[in-house]
Amino acid sequence: MTQRTRNWLLLAPAGTWFLVMLIVPLTVVLIYSFGERATAGGYSPAFTFEQYANLPARWAAFKNTMVLAPVGTLAALLIAYPVAYFLAVRVSPKWKTILLVLVIVPFWTSILIRSYAWIFLLGGRGIPALLEWIGIEGVRLINTPFSVLIGIIYGYLPLMVFPIYVNLERLDKRLLEASSDLGAKPWRTFIQITLPMSIPGIATGCMLVFILLMGEFLIPALLGGGKVFFVGNALVDLFLQSRNWPYGSAVAVTLVVVMLITVTIYMRLIKRLGAHREDVSLM
Amino acid sequence: MTDAGYIPESDQPSDTIIAELRSVSKHFGDVVAADNLNLSIRKGEFLSFLGPSGCGKTTALRMLAGFEAPTSGDVLLDSEVVNNLEAHRRPVNMVFQHYALFPHLTVEQNIGYGLRQQRPRLAKPVIAEKVRKTLELVRLDGFEKRRIWEMSGGQQQRVALARAIVNEPKLLLLDEPLAALDRKLRKEMQIELQNLQRSLGITFVLVTHDQEEALSMSDRICIMRDGRIVQIGSPRDLYDQPKNRYVAGFVGTSNFFDGKVSGTGRDHVSVTLAGGLILEGVAVGDIANGQDVCVSVRPEQIRLNRSPDKKEGFPVTVSNRIFLGEHTEYLVKHESLGEFLVLTPRQTELNDGPFNTGDTLLASWDPGAALILDRA
Repeated sequence: MTQRTRNWLLLAPAGTWFLVMLIVPLTVVLIYSFGERATAGGYSPAFTFEQYANLPARWAAFKNTMVLAPVGTLAALLIAYPVAYFLAVRVSPKWKTILLVLVIVPFWTSILIRSYAWIFLLGGRGIPALLEWIGIEGVRLINTPFSVLIGIIYGYLPLMVFPIYVNLERLDKRLLEASSDLGAKPWRTFIQITLPMSIPGIATGCMLVFILLMGEFLIPALLGGGKVFFVGNALVDLFLQSRNWPYGSAVAVTLVVVMLITVTIYMRLIKRLGAHREDVSLM
Repeated sequence: MTDAGYIPESDQPSDTIIAELRSVSKHFGDVVAADNLNLSIRKGEFLSFLGPSGCGKTTALRMLAGFEAPTSGDVLLDSEVVNNLEAHRRPVNMVFQHYALFPHLTVEQNIGYGLRQQRPRLAKPVIAEKVRKTLELVRLDGFEKRRIWEMSGGQQQRVALARAIVNEPKLLLLDEPLAALDRKLRKEMQIELQNLQRSLGITFVLVTHDQEEALSMSDRICIMRDGRIVQIGSPRDLYDQPKNRYVAGFVGTSNFFDGKVSGTGRDHVSVTLAGGLILEGVAVGDIANGQDVCVSVRPEQIRLNRSPDKKEGFPVTVSNRIFLGEHTEYLVKHESLGEFLVLTPRQTELNDGPFNTGDTLLASWDPGAALILDRA
């Protein structure tokens, strides 16, 4: 067997999987998006751009997604970075494992259940009640963009912490000593060495969280209370409730296109940042 | 860097003390990494810490750099106690063992890094000019825009050196700087380092486990063992007057014959070996009657002789021969002394040799060549 055949054989399972589970469904969705809704719901073959012309009706969902996904990613990054830094650089090896496990612990329970906990916390008898008790009245948290933001930051934080942690953990600590030896104060060492060296971790974390956020529907559904909905919620609604498959397909195709464009721009940006680096592998 | 054969005459290092360790100890938990170190470093000298790994030499260096604070005792720089002064505030720079160059910066940016941290800020052209001059000094001009990973090991070594010396530190600390280079490159860098030190007049403090490196470059060597300083002296002093067996074994190669002092004369000491054989030698330091000592004889001090008419010497049999070009190394065996090494210059071979394995010869040395050392 030649090396070439062997390579192809090894790639065959993944290739088949991609073809059946990704390419075929995407093609089907693309074809559906040019169809019409059958009278009883579902799909009836046609070739029309009507579904795409109707997209502005779902503008709010797109707007929410395109605002809250990046904002959520950025907020998660700002919160996750210090945590990852602390875990990777400051914590003694003895505590490291315990603290790392604590970061993962939330994953032991379903996000559904955890979101219900947040419904209580952000709801009338939760944090607002506590605030009222200390004299701040009239705070409404649940079913606002803020509560959705809280939910997504909470849910996706570990996904941001880990790539950055792994990156910082691998950072050669002697570089920090060298920087200090050359006269850089601790915060200058951070800005000039630690931060630039952790760009690969930041890039991976942001990409991971952002892509997943674009498709999120559970958290907005539970914490947004139908007022703050994502494209994901629109899709659930169109496919499961109103059974308008062609319109749903058009929304889905648009989401994929938007995502492709954003991710491409993002990759270009990061590549430019790390263009001079051999050690930057983005994903 | 290939034709750096000429080494300028060592300037007499001045008597000004630039750095000092006073009764410095460093403990890491239960481990004593440095134990009561006392040492003065003179301005402009090339000082080496020599010892096996774990002897405390790196700890000593790191305390000078400011990465570790002593558990007790004082570290002085320019007559000021700096025990708790952070590394970034010390006028000291270090060349790290694996260079620790910044991979996200160019060669030029790496070298200018220290200058860019200075406050008040240095003007950009000033920095650029200093970087350019230093690059020239380490013969890397033209490599300004290169990335670190595009450089060979030897070039990276020189970038690391340039990054440190561009700041004109009062002390340049070098932590096993040549360990990662191959033998030939290491030789060249030794000469280059020495030239640089002489021409810049910066005080160099080197840490190494390589005796040859320490011997060839240093003005003074500080031999360390188990966190303590065993002996400080010029390479020649250490070689000719080792304080004990440990130093003699670490600086150069030597043959050791264990025994007990059986008589102390004015010039010579007699040592009775286990087999009853008596050797004469010169004592280094205080040696008392009855003390357990060893007699150290350098392999090159021993003569081998074929002629049976000479009476003096020990009859030995050649058990192994290694041809080294200029010299030949013989492993010879005496029935009472056991096996020992002899290094014979080529000329002897031409007159009397070559000696072959199995030959019976006479081995002899001057009593002055045998040093009676403490067995520690």
